[in-house]
Amino acid sequence: MTSLQMFATIALLTVGTVATRSIPFLLFPAHRETPTYIRYLGRVLPRAVIGLLVVYCLKGIAPLEYPYGMPELIAIAVIVALHFWKRNSLLSIGAGTIVYMILVQQVFL
Amino acid sequence: MKTKRKALKAAFSMTIPVMTGYLVLGAGFGILMSSKGLAIGWSVLMSAAVFAGSLQYVSVSILTAAFNPLYALILALMINARHLFYGLSMLEKYAGTGRLKPYLVFGLTDETFSLLVSGTKKDDVDSRWFSFFVTLLGHVYWILGSTIGAFAGAVVRFDTKGLDFVLTALFVVIFLDQWRYGKHHIAAIIGIAATILGLFVFGQTNFMIPSLLLILGLITIFRKTIDKGEGEPQ
Repeated sequence: MTSLQMFATIALLTVGTVATRSIPFLLFPAHRETPTYIRYLGRVLPRAVIGLLVVYCLKGIAPLEYPYGMPELIAIAVIVALHFWKRNSLLSIGAGTIVYMILVQQVFL
Repeated sequence: MKTKRKALKAAFSMTIPVMTGYLVLGAGFGILMSSKGLAIGWSVLMSAAVFAGSLQYVSVSILTAAFNPLYALILALMINARHLFYGLSMLEKYAGTGRLKPYLVFGLTDETFSLLVSGTKKDDVDSRWFSFFVTLLGHVYWILGSTIGAFAGAVVRFDTKGLDFVLTALFVVIFLDQWRYGKHHIAAIIGIAATILGLFVFGQTNFMIPSLLLILGLITIFRKTIDKGEGEPQ
Protein backbone atom coordinates (compact mmCIF):
# COMPACT_ATOMS: atom_id res chain seq x y z
CA MET A 1 0.00 0.00 0.00
CA THR A 2 1.23 3.51 -0.76
CA SER A 3 1.14 6.23 1.90
CA LEU A 4 -1.82 7.83 0.15
CA GLN A 5 -3.72 4.54 0.23
CA MET A 6 -2.86 4.18 3.93
CA PHE A 7 -4.27 7.65 4.58
CA ALA A 8 -7.42 6.78 2.63
CA THR A 9 -7.88 3.52 4.57
CA ILE A 10 -7.47 5.26 7.93
CA ALA A 11 -9.85 8.01 6.79
CA LEU A 12 -12.53 5.44 5.94
CA LEU A 13 -12.05 3.61 9.24
CA THR A 14 -12.57 6.99 10.90
CA VAL A 15 -15.65 7.80 8.81
CA GLY A 16 -17.21 4.42 9.62
CA THR A 17 -16.55 4.82 13.35
CA VAL A 18 -17.79 8.40 13.48
CA ALA A 19 -20.92 7.30 11.59
CA THR A 20 -21.83 4.66 14.18
CA ARG A 21 -21.31 7.19 16.97
CA SER A 22 -23.12 10.13 15.36
CA ILE A 23 -26.07 8.65 13.43
CA PRO A 24 -28.44 8.68 16.46
CA PHE A 25 -27.64 12.37 17.06
CA LEU A 26 -28.25 13.21 13.40
CA LEU A 27 -31.53 11.25 13.28
CA PHE A 28 -32.83 12.77 16.52
CA PRO A 29 -31.48 16.32 16.77
CA ALA A 30 -31.73 18.09 20.13
CA HIS A 31 -33.97 20.90 18.84
CA ARG A 32 -36.73 18.48 17.85
CA GLU A 33 -38.88 16.41 20.21
CA THR A 34 -37.44 12.88 20.42
CA PRO A 35 -40.12 10.15 19.99
CA THR A 36 -41.08 8.50 23.30
CA TYR A 37 -40.00 5.09 22.03
CA ILE A 38 -36.49 6.41 21.33
CA ARG A 39 -36.39 8.08 24.74
CA TYR A 40 -37.42 4.75 26.26
CA LEU A 41 -34.55 3.03 24.42
CA GLY A 42 -32.12 5.69 25.61
CA ARG A 43 -33.21 5.03 29.17
CA VAL A 44 -33.17 1.24 29.10
CA LEU A 45 -30.41 0.36 26.62
CA PRO A 46 -27.50 1.30 28.92
CA ARG A 47 -28.57 -1.40 31.36
CA ALA A 48 -28.64 -4.00 28.61
CA VAL A 49 -25.54 -2.79 26.79
CA ILE A 50 -23.27 -2.96 29.85
CA GLY A 51 -24.27 -6.63 30.09
CA LEU A 52 -23.41 -7.01 26.42
CA LEU A 53 -19.98 -5.44 27.02
CA VAL A 54 -19.23 -7.83 29.88
CA VAL A 55 -20.00 -10.82 27.65
CA TYR A 56 -18.12 -9.18 24.76
CA CYS A 57 -14.98 -8.98 26.92
CA LEU A 58 -15.31 -12.66 27.82
CA LYS A 59 -16.03 -13.92 24.31
CA GLY A 60 -12.60 -15.53 23.99
CA ILE A 61 -13.25 -18.07 26.77
CA ALA A 62 -13.32 -21.71 25.67
CA PRO A 63 -15.42 -23.40 28.40
CA LEU A 64 -14.51 -26.91 27.27
CA GLU A 65 -10.76 -26.41 27.08
CA TYR A 66 -8.19 -25.90 29.83
CA PRO A 67 -8.39 -23.65 31.89
CA TYR A 68 -12.19 -23.73 31.27
CA GLY A 69 -12.59 -20.00 31.85
CA MET A 70 -11.55 -20.46 35.48
CA PRO A 71 -9.31 -17.34 35.70
CA GLU A 72 -12.15 -15.12 34.47
CA LEU A 73 -14.73 -16.83 36.69
CA ILE A 74 -12.60 -16.54 39.83
CA ALA A 75 -11.58 -12.94 39.14
CA ILE A 76 -15.20 -11.91 38.53
CA ALA A 77 -16.30 -13.70 41.73
CA VAL A 78 -13.68 -11.70 43.63
CA ILE A 79 -14.94 -8.46 42.05
CA VAL A 80 -18.58 -9.23 42.87
CA ALA A 81 -17.83 -10.19 46.49
CA LEU A 82 -15.52 -7.25 47.07
CA HIS A 83 -17.88 -4.79 45.43
CA PHE A 84 -20.87 -5.83 47.50
CA TRP A 85 -18.74 -5.75 50.61
CA LYS A 86 -16.71 -2.53 50.23
CA ARG A 87 -18.57 -0.72 47.41
CA ASN A 88 -15.34 0.87 46.25
CA SER A 89 -15.07 0.75 42.45
CA LEU A 90 -11.32 1.27 42.18
CA LEU A 91 -10.64 -1.35 44.85
CA SER A 92 -12.90 -3.92 43.14
CA ILE A 93 -11.38 -3.25 39.71
CA GLY A 94 -7.79 -3.21 40.97
CA ALA A 95 -8.07 -6.33 43.10
CA GLY A 96 -9.97 -8.22 40.38
CA THR A 97 -7.31 -7.37 37.81
CA ILE A 98 -4.41 -8.36 40.08
CA VAL A 99 -6.12 -11.66 40.93
CA TYR A 100 -6.65 -12.32 37.22
CA MET A 101 -3.01 -11.51 36.38
CA ILE A 102 -1.73 -13.85 39.09
CA LEU A 103 -4.07 -16.60 37.87
CA VAL A 104 -3.04 -16.38 34.21
CA GLN A 105 0.67 -15.83 34.93
CA GLN A 106 1.28 -18.20 37.86
CA VAL A 107 -1.60 -20.59 38.44
CA PHE A 108 -3.26 -21.67 35.20
CA LEU A 109 -0.24 -22.26 32.98
CA MET B 1 -12.12 28.11 35.47
CA LYS B 2 -12.93 26.57 38.83
CA THR B 3 -15.78 24.58 37.27
CA LYS B 4 -13.42 23.12 34.68
CA ARG B 5 -10.71 22.23 37.17
CA LYS B 6 -13.23 20.52 39.41
CA ALA B 7 -14.63 18.56 36.44
CA LEU B 8 -11.10 17.57 35.34
CA LYS B 9 -10.26 16.32 38.83
CA ALA B 10 -13.46 14.28 39.07
CA ALA B 11 -12.91 12.91 35.56
CA PHE B 12 -9.32 11.97 36.32
CA SER B 13 -10.09 9.89 39.40
CA MET B 14 -12.95 8.17 37.61
CA THR B 15 -10.84 7.34 34.54
CA ILE B 16 -7.98 5.63 36.41
CA PRO B 17 -9.16 2.12 35.40
CA VAL B 18 -9.59 3.36 31.83
CA MET B 19 -6.07 4.83 31.95
CA THR B 20 -4.65 1.45 32.92
CA GLY B 21 -6.67 -0.39 30.29
CA TYR B 22 -6.00 2.08 27.49
CA LEU B 23 -2.27 2.32 28.17
CA VAL B 24 -1.99 -1.46 28.02
CA LEU B 25 -4.30 -2.03 25.08
CA GLY B 26 -2.95 1.03 23.27
CA ALA B 27 0.59 -0.26 23.78
CA GLY B 28 -0.52 -3.65 22.49
CA PHE B 29 -1.80 -1.97 19.37
CA GLY B 30 1.42 0.01 18.89
CA ILE B 31 3.49 -3.16 19.33
CA LEU B 32 1.35 -5.00 16.79
CA MET B 33 1.69 -2.16 14.27
CA SER B 34 5.47 -2.02 14.74
CA SER B 35 5.78 -5.79 14.38
CA LYS B 36 4.15 -5.45 10.94
CA GLY B 37 6.76 -2.87 9.97
CA LEU B 38 4.42 0.12 10.15
CA ALA B 39 6.04 3.39 11.26
CA ILE B 40 5.16 4.99 14.63
CA GLY B 41 3.34 7.85 12.89
CA TRP B 42 0.70 5.44 11.59
CA SER B 43 -0.02 4.09 15.07
CA VAL B 44 -0.37 7.59 16.47
CA LEU B 45 -2.55 8.73 13.56
CA MET B 46 -4.81 5.67 13.87
CA SER B 47 -5.31 6.13 17.60
CA ALA B 48 -5.91 9.87 17.27
CA ALA B 49 -8.34 9.62 14.34
CA VAL B 50 -10.11 6.26 14.65
CA PHE B 51 -10.11 5.94 18.48
CA ALA B 52 -11.81 2.53 18.52
CA GLY B 53 -9.95 -0.33 20.20
CA SER B 54 -11.17 -3.54 18.66
CA LEU B 55 -11.47 -2.02 15.19
CA GLN B 56 -7.88 -0.78 15.28
CA TYR B 57 -6.61 -4.23 16.23
CA VAL B 58 -8.52 -5.82 13.36
CA SER B 59 -7.40 -3.09 10.94
CA VAL B 60 -3.70 -3.84 11.32
CA SER B 61 -4.17 -6.70 8.89
CA ILE B 62 -5.95 -4.56 6.29
CA LEU B 63 -3.23 -1.91 6.45
CA THR B 64 -0.73 -4.57 5.45
CA ALA B 65 -2.93 -6.11 2.72
CA ALA B 66 -4.00 -4.86 -0.72
CA PHE B 67 -5.85 -1.51 -0.79
CA ASN B 68 -9.56 -2.11 -0.24
CA PRO B 69 -11.29 1.09 0.94
CA LEU B 70 -14.85 -0.27 0.81
CA TYR B 71 -13.89 -3.19 3.03
CA ALA B 72 -12.34 -0.77 5.53
CA LEU B 73 -15.57 1.21 5.71
CA ILE B 74 -17.82 -1.87 6.06
CA LEU B 75 -15.51 -3.33 8.71
CA ALA B 76 -15.70 -0.10 10.72
CA LEU B 77 -19.50 -0.02 10.49
CA MET B 78 -19.87 -3.69 11.45
CA ILE B 79 -17.45 -3.76 14.37
CA ASN B 80 -18.70 -0.49 15.83
CA ALA B 81 -22.42 -1.09 15.29
CA ARG B 82 -22.89 -1.24 19.08
CA HIS B 83 -22.02 2.46 19.24
CA LEU B 84 -25.43 3.20 17.70
CA PHE B 85 -26.89 2.19 21.06
CA TYR B 86 -24.54 4.51 22.92
CA GLY B 87 -25.69 7.46 20.83
CA LEU B 88 -29.33 6.61 21.51
CA SER B 89 -28.57 6.49 25.23
CA MET B 90 -26.74 9.82 25.23
CA LEU B 91 -29.25 11.89 23.22
CA GLU B 92 -30.57 13.68 26.28
CA LYS B 93 -27.33 13.88 28.22
CA TYR B 94 -25.49 15.46 25.29
CA ALA B 95 -28.39 17.72 24.24
CA GLY B 96 -27.10 20.82 26.02
CA THR B 97 -23.39 20.40 25.39
CA GLY B 98 -23.11 23.00 22.60
CA ARG B 99 -19.71 23.33 20.98
CA LEU B 100 -18.34 20.37 22.93
CA LYS B 101 -20.85 18.03 21.31
CA PRO B 102 -18.97 17.07 18.11
CA TYR B 103 -15.97 15.98 20.15
CA LEU B 104 -18.11 14.15 22.73
CA VAL B 105 -19.82 12.22 19.93
CA PHE B 106 -16.49 11.49 18.21
CA GLY B 107 -15.06 10.06 21.43
CA LEU B 108 -18.03 7.94 22.49
CA THR B 109 -16.11 4.70 23.11
CA ASP B 110 -17.26 1.70 25.18
CA GLU B 111 -15.43 3.11 28.18
CA THR B 112 -16.54 6.75 27.86
CA PHE B 113 -20.11 5.56 27.46
CA SER B 114 -19.91 3.19 30.43
CA LEU B 115 -18.43 5.78 32.77
CA LEU B 116 -20.93 8.44 31.77
CA VAL B 117 -24.04 6.27 32.07
CA SER B 118 -22.87 4.77 35.37
CA GLY B 119 -24.00 8.05 36.91
CA THR B 120 -21.60 8.04 39.83
CA LYS B 121 -20.48 11.63 39.27
CA LYS B 122 -20.98 13.93 42.25
CA ASP B 123 -23.80 16.47 41.91
CA ASP B 124 -21.62 19.56 42.29
CA VAL B 125 -19.48 18.66 39.27
CA ASP B 126 -20.50 20.27 35.96
CA SER B 127 -21.89 17.49 33.79
CA ARG B 128 -20.88 19.06 30.47
CA TRP B 129 -17.20 19.55 31.34
CA PHE B 130 -17.08 16.26 33.18
CA SER B 131 -18.21 14.44 30.02
CA PHE B 132 -15.66 16.39 28.01
CA PHE B 133 -12.74 15.53 30.30
CA VAL B 134 -13.71 11.87 30.57
CA THR B 135 -13.64 11.75 26.75
CA LEU B 136 -10.46 13.79 26.40
CA LEU B 137 -8.50 11.88 29.04
CA GLY B 138 -9.50 8.58 27.43
CA HIS B 139 -8.32 9.88 24.06
CA VAL B 140 -5.00 11.04 25.54
CA TYR B 141 -4.38 7.72 27.34
CA TRP B 142 -5.16 5.82 24.17
CA ILE B 143 -2.79 7.87 21.98
CA LEU B 144 -0.10 7.77 24.66
CA GLY B 145 -0.39 4.00 25.02
CA SER B 146 -0.13 3.48 21.25
CA THR B 147 2.90 5.72 21.04
CA ILE B 148 4.68 3.95 23.90
CA GLY B 149 3.85 0.57 22.35
CA ALA B 150 5.05 1.60 18.93
CA PHE B 151 8.35 2.83 20.42
CA ALA B 152 8.88 -0.10 22.74
CA GLY B 153 8.23 -2.64 20.00
CA ALA B 154 8.32 -6.15 21.35
CA VAL B 155 10.55 -5.20 24.31
CA VAL B 156 8.27 -5.05 27.34
CA ARG B 157 9.89 -4.85 30.74
CA PHE B 158 7.33 -6.50 33.00
CA ASP B 159 4.86 -9.22 32.26
CA THR B 160 1.62 -7.40 31.46
CA LYS B 161 -0.23 -10.59 30.57
CA GLY B 162 -3.75 -10.30 31.91
CA LEU B 163 -3.55 -6.57 32.65
CA ASP B 164 -6.10 -5.86 29.92
CA PHE B 165 -8.63 -7.58 32.19
CA VAL B 166 -8.92 -4.18 33.88
CA LEU B 167 -11.52 -3.13 31.29
CA THR B 168 -13.56 -6.30 31.85
CA ALA B 169 -13.38 -5.55 35.57
CA LEU B 170 -14.57 -2.00 34.91
CA PHE B 171 -17.62 -3.23 32.99
CA VAL B 172 -18.41 -5.82 35.67
CA VAL B 173 -18.33 -3.12 38.37
CA ILE B 174 -20.56 -0.79 36.35
CA PHE B 175 -22.92 -3.70 35.76
CA LEU B 176 -23.06 -4.37 39.52
CA ASP B 177 -23.72 -0.68 40.27
CA GLN B 178 -26.55 -0.58 37.76
CA TRP B 179 -27.89 -3.82 39.17
CA ARG B 180 -27.97 -2.39 42.67
CA TYR B 181 -29.65 0.88 41.72
CA GLY B 182 -32.15 -0.52 39.19
CA LYS B 183 -35.69 -1.19 40.40
CA HIS B 184 -35.71 -4.45 38.47
CA HIS B 185 -33.27 -6.28 36.32
CA ILE B 186 -35.07 -7.29 33.13
CA ALA B 187 -32.94 -5.08 30.86
CA ALA B 188 -29.68 -6.22 32.47
CA ILE B 189 -30.67 -9.88 32.15
CA ILE B 190 -31.71 -9.33 28.50
CA GLY B 191 -28.29 -7.79 27.79
CA ILE B 192 -26.38 -10.75 29.22
CA ALA B 193 -28.68 -13.52 27.96
CA ALA B 194 -29.15 -12.18 24.42
CA THR B 195 -25.40 -11.71 23.97
CA ILE B 196 -24.55 -15.19 25.27
CA LEU B 197 -27.22 -16.66 22.98
CA GLY B 198 -25.83 -14.70 20.02
CA LEU B 199 -22.33 -15.87 20.86
CA PHE B 200 -23.40 -19.53 20.94
CA VAL B 201 -25.45 -19.40 17.75
CA PHE B 202 -23.31 -17.13 15.57
CA GLY B 203 -19.82 -17.61 17.00
CA GLN B 204 -17.11 -15.24 18.16
CA THR B 205 -16.67 -13.25 14.96
CA ASN B 206 -20.30 -12.68 13.93
CA PHE B 207 -22.37 -12.47 17.11
CA MET B 208 -22.41 -8.73 17.68
CA ILE B 209 -25.08 -7.59 15.20
CA PRO B 210 -27.52 -10.49 15.87
CA SER B 211 -27.09 -9.89 19.62
CA LEU B 212 -27.77 -6.16 19.25
CA LEU B 213 -30.92 -6.88 17.21
CA LEU B 214 -32.09 -9.46 19.75
CA ILE B 215 -31.59 -6.97 22.60
CA LEU B 216 -33.52 -4.32 20.69
CA GLY B 217 -36.34 -6.78 19.96
CA LEU B 218 -36.65 -8.06 23.53
CA ILE B 219 -36.50 -4.59 25.03
CA THR B 220 -39.27 -3.52 22.68
CA ILE B 221 -41.42 -6.58 23.47
CA PHE B 222 -41.03 -6.11 27.23
CA ARG B 223 -41.52 -2.34 27.09
CA LYS B 224 -44.65 -2.29 29.28
CA THR B 225 -43.09 -4.38 32.05
CA ILE B 226 -39.76 -2.55 31.97
CA ASP B 227 -41.33 0.92 31.83
CA LYS B 228 -43.47 0.17 34.88
CA GLY B 229 -40.41 -0.76 36.91
CA GLU B 230 -38.14 2.01 35.69
CA GLY B 231 -40.63 4.70 36.65
CA GLU B 232 -39.66 8.27 35.86
CA PRO B 233 -36.77 8.89 33.48
CA GLN B 234 -33.56 9.66 35.37
